[in-house]
Amino acid sequence: MTDATTENAPYAFVRKETLQQEPAPLSVAGPLAWIRTNLFSSPLNAILTLLCVWLVIDTVPGLVRFYVLDAVWTGTNREACLADKVGRPVGACWAYVADRTQYFIYGSYPVAERWRVNIVFAMFALGVVWLLWNRAPLKKVGVFFFFVIMPASAFILLLGGPRAESFLRFLILATFALAVIYLVLSFAPGLMKFWIGEGQLAVEEAMPAWQRFYRPKRLILLSLVVFGLLAVLADKIGLPRVDTGLWGGMTVTFLISAVGIVFSLPLGVLLALGRRSRLPAIQLLSVIFIEFVRGVPLITVLFMANTMLPLFVPQEYSPDRLLRPLVGVALFAAAYMAEVVRGGLQAMPKGQYEGAMSLGLGYWQMMRLIILPQALRIVIPGIVNTFIGLFKDTTLVAIVGIFDFLRTIEATLIDPTWATPVTRSTGYAFAAIFYFLCCWGMSRYSIAVEKRLAAGQKR
Amino acid sequence: MSSIPTEQVSPGKASLLYDPRIRGYVYQIALVAIVAFLVWSAASNAIENLRAQKIASGFGFWHNAAGFDINQKLIPFSASGGSTYGDAFLVGLLNTLLVAALGIVFATFLGFFIGVARLSNNWVIAKLAMIYVEGIRNIPLLLQLFIWYNAVLKPLPNPRQSIALPGGTLLNNRGLYLPDPQLGPGGNLIVWAFLIGLVATFIFRSWAHKQQAVTGRQYPIGWIALGLIVVLPLLVYFVTGRPISFVYPELAGFNLRGGIQIFPEFVALLIGLTTYTAGFIAEVVRAGILAVSKGQTEAAHALGLRNGPTLKLVVIPQAMRVIIPPLTSNYLNLTKNSSLAVVIGYPDLVQVFTGTVLNQTGQAVEVVAITMAVYLTISLVTSLFMNIYNKRMALVER
Repeated sequence: MTDATTENAPYAFVRKETLQQEPAPLSVAGPLAWIRTNLFSSPLNAILTLLCVWLVIDTVPGLVRFYVLDAVWTGTNREACLADKVGRPVGACWAYVADRTQYFIYGSYPVAERWRVNIVFAMFALGVVWLLWNRAPLKKVGVFFFFVIMPASAFILLLGGPRAESFLRFLILATFALAVIYLVLSFAPGLMKFWIGEGQLAVEEAMPAWQRFYRPKRLILLSLVVFGLLAVLADKIGLPRVDTGLWGGMTVTFLISAVGIVFSLPLGVLLALGRRSRLPAIQLLSVIFIEFVRGVPLITVLFMANTMLPLFVPQEYSPDRLLRPLVGVALFAAAYMAEVVRGGLQAMPKGQYEGAMSLGLGYWQMMRLIILPQALRIVIPGIVNTFIGLFKDTTLVAIVGIFDFLRTIEATLIDPTWATPVTRSTGYAFAAIFYFLCCWGMSRYSIAVEKRLAAGQKR
Repeated sequence: MSSIPTEQVSPGKASLLYDPRIRGYVYQIALVAIVAFLVWSAASNAIENLRAQKIASGFGFWHNAAGFDINQKLIPFSASGGSTYGDAFLVGLLNTLLVAALGIVFATFLGFFIGVARLSNNWVIAKLAMIYVEGIRNIPLLLQLFIWYNAVLKPLPNPRQSIALPGGTLLNNRGLYLPDPQLGPGGNLIVWAFLIGLVATFIFRSWAHKQQAVTGRQYPIGWIALGLIVVLPLLVYFVTGRPISFVYPELAGFNLRGGIQIFPEFVALLIGLTTYTAGFIAEVVRAGILAVSKGQTEAAHALGLRNGPTLKLVVIPQAMRVIIPPLTSNYLNLTKNSSLAVVIGYPDLVQVFTGTVLNQTGQAVEVVAITMAVYLTISLVTSLFMNIYNKRMALVER
C-alpha cells in the first residue's frame, strides 16, 4: 500500500495534521522533578541530603563570617586585629597578609634588587605560556627558551655578582662563536658533509645561503638578544651579588618548581629511554635509579642532599645551601617523570618504530623526530600531574632550612608585630588559597589537554 | 640522490664503528665507567671529608647509649635506662609502621566512601565529595599537617579545661585521653574468645563459599560472623563476671593522670595522612567503578540480582582489578608521606633517626643509608605482596 492511497482514503479516524508536542509531565521535567530525582529519590537519599545540607549550613556561614564579614582588611600592626582593641569580634586578619605580601613574594631579597626577581618571573611566565598555549608560534624556539635561555638568565639575574657576570660573558662569547660557525657554514655547507651526509648536503646546497641553517640561527639570535640585554642591565644598573640565604617566599617556591621541571624532564626522558634500552647495563642502571628514588620519601632524599652531598665533593666545592635541595628535588622528580614518559613510549605502536627504522633513521634520529614528539604529546597530562606533585612537594624544602613560601608564612607567625589569635588561621588560609589556585589551575589545564587529545580518538 | 655511490654498499662489511653490537658495548662500558668513577670519587671525597671533620664511620654507633627520650614508644625506651641508638631506631620504625598501618586502614574506608559518594545520584553528596577531593588533593600535605597540628589541635584548652567526650574520654592540647581497660581475673578468656571467633568466622566463610559453589545454597555469613566475633566475647564477658574495668583519666595538678594518652602529634599526623590519602583513593575508586561497563550492571539486573548483590558480586570484583594497582601505590605514598611527621614532632623513623640520631652522631652516610633502606624494603615488600594479590585477582582470559 502506498502513501497516496491512505491520504486520499476517506477514513475519519486518520489524523491529517501533526499534533503539537505536549510538555513533558511534571514528574520528569522542571526544577521539582530535578529535586526529586537528584535529592530525594529514596528515603535514605532524603536523609543523606538533609544531613549534608545541615552540614553545609553548620559550617559555611561560620567560615564566611570569619574570613569575609568579620575580617580586618586594613591596618599596620596587631592592634588592628585584636578583638578588645577594635571593639568587635574579629575574623581573619587580612591586613597582616597585605602587610607581609612583599615578604611572602621575595623573602629577604634586598628591596632595591627585587626588579631582578620580577624579570625572572616575567621570563618564567613567558616560557610557560609559550610552551603550554596550544596556538603559540615557534614552539621549538619556545622549548629552547624555557630549557636553556631562561634558566641561564634566571641564574645570572637572581644571583648576580662577579661569578654571574663572568658566566654571562662566557655565554655571550659562546653564542658569538656559534654564530660565526653557522655563518661560515651557511656559505660553505660542504664543511658539514661528514655530519649531515651526502643526501642532506644536496638539499642544503640547493637553497640560497641565507636560508640555510635557518632554524639554529633563530635560537642563536634569540640568545644573543636576551644575553645582550642582560649585559646592558649588568653594565648600566649593575647586578650586585645577592646571597642565596636571602632568597625566599614564592620566589624560591617557583624557583624550585622551575628547576625541578627544567632538569627533571630531560633527565626523565633519558632515564625512560634507558629503561627501555636493549643494552643491559644501561637498562639496569636506569631501573636501579628509578626504583630506588621512587621507593624512598622525598624527605630522605633532601636529607641526603643536605648532609651527604657536601661530603661527596671536595671541601672547596661544597655546594650552596639552596643548591643542595635543588639537586635533590630535580633527581627525585626525574625518576617520577621517567615513569610517565615510559608510559608514553610504551603506548607508541610498534609500527612507528619500524617505520622510522625502515626510513633509515638511527636511534637518536628516530627518537627525536618520530617517537618522542608523539610520546611526549600523549603524556602531557601525566607530566602536568607529576608537576603538580612536585609543586606541592616543594614545601618540604622548609625542613632542610630553605625559606620557601610556606616557611615565610611560618616565620611571620612568630613575629610579634602581627601576633594575634587569628593570624595563624589567616596565614594558613592564604597559603592554602595560593597552593590551591596554582595546583587546581594546572589540573584544569591537564584535563583540557586530555580532552583535546581524546578528540582525535573519538568515534 | 644520484650522488650516492651504489657500488660501495656491500652488506656485512661495514666499518666496526657502525656495528650496532660493538657500539652497544662501547656505550655500556662508557656509562659504567662514568658511574663507577662518580661513585669512586664520591666515596674517596667522603672518606677525606669525614677524616677532616673527625667523624667516625661504620655502624659502631648502633650500640652506643642514646642520650635522649622519646615520648611515644611501643617498646621500653629511656635515656636513663641505657637505651641505645639501635633501640631508638626500633622505636622510630615501630611508630612509623603504627601510623602507616592505621592510616592505611582509615584512608581506605574514607576513600572508598568518598569515591562512591562522588558517583552518587544524590547531587548534594556528589558535589560535597567533589569539593572534598579537589580541595584535599590541591593543597600540600605539609600545609594540611600544619593546619591540623598548629591551628586545630594546639589551640585546644589546657588539661584543666579538657573537653569531655562521651565514654570518659578527655581531649585537650596535650592529646586525647582514653579510658585504660584493665583485665581482671578471667579477662584473658575474653581475648581468647574474640580470637577464636575470628578464626572460626574465617573457617566458616571458606566452608560456606565452597558449599555455595557445589550446592548453590547460601549461608548467612554476616549474621554468623557477628555472632562469633561480637556476641561470643560478650557472652564470655558476662559469664566470667565482667572482669574488665576502666581506669579513667583524672586531673592531678596541672596534668591528667591515668588512662591512655594519645599524643596530639600522632592524632594530627593520622588525621592528616588519612584525609589526604583518602582524597586520592577516592579518585582511584571512582575510576575503577567507572571502568566497569554499564552493560555488566544491566546484565546483572536482567538476571534478577538486586542492587546490593549486583554491586557486591558483579561490579566491585571487576572494579577491584582496576583499583588495586593504583591503590597499592597510594598505600606506599602514605607510608612514605608519614615521614612528614618530622615537621610536627611525631617521633617516627625520620624524626628520631635521621633527625636526632644523625645530629648527635654526625654519621650522615650511615644514618641516611639505613633510613632509605628501611623505606625501600617496605616499598619492595608491599609491591611484592600486592603483585601476588594482583595476579590472583587478574582477569583470566580464555
